[in-house]
Amino acid sequence: MLEVKDIYAGYGQVQVLHGVSLDVAAGEILCVMGRNGAGKTTLLRSIMGIVQIEDGVISLEGEAINTLPGHEIPRRGIGYIPQGRRLFPELTVSENIEMGLMVRKVSRDTRDWVLDLFPRLRERLDQRAGTLSGGEQQMLATARALALRPKVLLLDEPTEGLQPSMIEQIRQVILKMKDEGFAIVLVEQRIDAVLALADRVTMIENGKSVETLTAKELGASPDKIKRYLGV
Amino acid sequence: MEFGPHLILASLEGAVIAAVLAMTAMGLSIVFGIMRVVNVAHGEFFMLGAVIAWWVAHLLGGHPAVGFIAALVFAPLLVAIIAATADRLVLQRIDYDPDRTIVGTIGLLYIIQQVTLMTFGPEARPVEAPFNQRLAIPWFEFGENGFEIYWPWGLSITSYKLFIIVAAIAILTALWVLMTKTKIGLIMRATQQDSEMARAFGVPVKRVYAWVFGLGAGLAAMGAVLVVPVQQAHYLMGHDPLLLSFIVVIIGGLGSLPGTVIAAVLIGMSDGIISVFFSPTLAKILATLLVAMVLVFRPQGLMGKLRS
Ligand SMILES: Nc1ncnc2c1ncn2[C@@H]1O[C@H](COP(=O)(O)OP(=O)(O)OP(=O)(O)O)[C@@H](O)[C@H]1O
Ligand SMILES: [Mg+2]
Repeated sequence: MLEVKDIYAGYGQVQVLHGVSLDVAAGEILCVMGRNGAGKTTLLRSIMGIVQIEDGVISLEGEAINTLPGHEIPRRGIGYIPQGRRLFPELTVSENIEMGLMVRKVSRDTRDWVLDLFPRLRERLDQRAGTLSGGEQQMLATARALALRPKVLLLDEPTEGLQPSMIEQIRQVILKMKDEGFAIVLVEQRIDAVLALADRVTMIENGKSVETLTAKELGASPDKIKRYLGV
Repeated sequence: MEFGPHLILASLEGAVIAAVLAMTAMGLSIVFGIMRVVNVAHGEFFMLGAVIAWWVAHLLGGHPAVGFIAALVFAPLLVAIIAATADRLVLQRIDYDPDRTIVGTIGLLYIIQQVTLMTFGPEARPVEAPFNQRLAIPWFEFGENGFEIYWPWGLSITSYKLFIIVAAIAILTALWVLMTKTKIGLIMRATQQDSEMARAFGVPVKRVYAWVFGLGAGLAAMGAVLVVPVQQAHYLMGHDPLLLSFIVVIIGGLGSLPGTVIAAVLIGMSDGIISVFFSPTLAKILATLLVAMVLVFRPQGLMGKLRS
């Protein structure tokens, strides 16, 4: 579904990614792991076209998307849940979801479908997004991305700073989306969450993808976890 | 001189100033709020609106109402297209870098002004109002016959000036509906809050910026078309609106639309009233003083929010 082939990217003079490759199929969860500053967020930003890549190819269902103007990338069916949520803080819950619904043509029941996943949001449709609790904000960021009925979902540390019950809820939604046939790229730091959710795991070290292995293989080799993540 | 009727007249004159100022300042405020661009050429878009209104009315001839209505449609539209083109050719090329946009729009100011001087000339030219009845200001007294309404001699306003006030209210209401109730407004507000995320949700940010810059300039031009039957078109007429718009936007709170309207009414009304009873110079001095006070005691403006 989504394929990233040997990309190079950075910010001005600072080179961050040098040679990252990964691929994810429909109905699959690919986790991306790596230490702080390894370039995981930069990788997702490159896929979204926020960061321009200098070399390599990013393709969705065989079509190169890295040459498209930035606003066309979500329209191809990529939903992005950025690190730190990045909601539109002055817009209401309802308006934030509307921003997702407007990205591409989606069926009319999409709004209800999204709100059924997060009933808490339905009670707060007219509240400003900036005043939601952290957990509610994460729900809304997820709802906003799902509202475009994406083929590919990019999640950047969605459980950062959340309490266990909320983490569980996000986890359930991710699993549900996998069953719906979405291709999911999940950046996640906590190894137990990765082992429970992932089909495969791509390790990033200093801006380079060094290894991709199945969750089973990773679980069976604590030495690798220690080497890549230092835990 | 009787105080009551003079105060009514001064307030009406002030309301006319406030109405035009609110529209002009709103254009500046939208552009700053959404694009973070300080548009120094804003007053020139105002001037272009008046000049194009004169051309349209002049070329059409016939009844003044025909020329005026055509001007009210075409002048803002043409100015909006010119502004959107300038956005693409200048501001987009320099990536909306704050320092360079100021220099860029200063350049734009002189280009527009000099081109107007070369084509339109240095004369001030009037546009005829579509209607212009004199309406005497009524007042009352308790004389020997009890309560009586009378019309003090020499005090009057024109029907056209009242129309300016009504038209400005209608246009600003339409703008408010556009910003808060429509998809276009939603996209503009989202772009204002986080342009990068807006793009990640399918918003063609560059195109939105061009539209916003056009809308801002179009509002100034519309204000100018309304005012040109009472003020005349002249190639240097953009200075005062620019200065007053900046004052209004600073007092109202940068990028706050309700704040802009409140400040425009405050500045316009006090300008009108002080000009009638004292002098226009004193009005400008007090407005500038008010800006200084606001900057000292409430730097974010009346309705602005502090940015973290
Ligand atoms: N806008 C920017 N300008 C310059 N350098 C940046 C910018 N954003 C990120 N970087 C640098 O790029 C590197 C990778 O950052 P990135 O956010 O991709 O890491 P990450 O793997 O997501 O880390 P974390 O786990 O902490 O979220 C870091 O060294 C960071 O300082
Ligand atoms: Mg990160």
